[in-house]
Amino acid sequence: MTTLAMLVATAMILSFVESQIPPIVPIPGVKLGLANIATLFALYKLGIPDAFTVSVIRVSLSALLFGSVSSFAYAISGAILSLGVMIALKHLKIFATFTVSIAGAVAHNIAQIGVAMLILQTEVVIYYLPALFISGIATGAVIGLIGAVLLKKLDGVALK
Amino acid sequence: MSEKISVKKFLYEHRRDLVLILSLILVAIILMLSIMLTAKGGAFVKVEIDGIEVAKYSLDKDGEYPIGEGNTLVIEDGEAYMKYADCPDSTCIRTGRISKRGQTIICLPNKVAVTVVTDGAGGADMVS
Repeated sequence: MTTLAMLVATAMILSFVESQIPPIVPIPGVKLGLANIATLFALYKLGIPDAFTVSVIRVSLSALLFGSVSSFAYAISGAILSLGVMIALKHLKIFATFTVSIAGAVAHNIAQIGVAMLILQTEVVIYYLPALFISGIATGAVIGLIGAVLLKKLDGVALK
Repeated sequence: MSEKISVKKFLYEHRRDLVLILSLILVAIILMLSIMLTAKGGAFVKVEIDGIEVAKYSLDKDGEYPIGEGNTLVIEDGEAYMKYADCPDSTCIRTGRISKRGQTIICLPNKVAVTVVTDGAGGADMVS
């Protein structure tokens, strides 16, 4: 339980720090997503229920403290689709953590474009899909690398 | 030397990962191409000198138009390009042909801007 709380707190700090960095690219939704390291870590180290808990609670608290209702809608849909995809791929047991992270990141961005289309009631948002797709691959790779290193370093350590 | 650090071995052992990642990259490229290829053509080019609109020409009608004293714009086959400019760097000429909504040819020294627009509106219409 304490572990989960620490992971949520870490994720929120990462999310907050990241929000202070000026956007590197003028496209909405392109961000590193450092907080997802916590989700990825929880998935591989603690299992599906805990990963789900960490992810949902982090997104909810972040939206409560720093965001708005619409930012919550984007974040939670991204988080859920992303986690779903990652769980599915991890279950297949044929992909490395790195790859699972990339798939998760891409899924996250696809979900956000979908939600944007619903909220803004327009399809033109889909023009952002190529950029967000590529951004997902790149950021997923970075988060995957960091997560993989973290998991390897803490391999023998029991956290529950 | 019994340790085998082989790139090929690594790639082979992770072949499924590679397939997935490369497929994603491929999808990304396909998406990019489909967006670029369906960029809508504009109907007119708007010519501005020093920020003020001085002319609007239809891309459907071929023609050669002087802009101010030092530039010449050509419209040919639905595209526009700067044929002549007396500016020192000729960036505007090297810009080449424009035809898609939002594309521009700019001659900074002469304060000339040529933009592809749809009929009526003259500005950016991207949802931001």
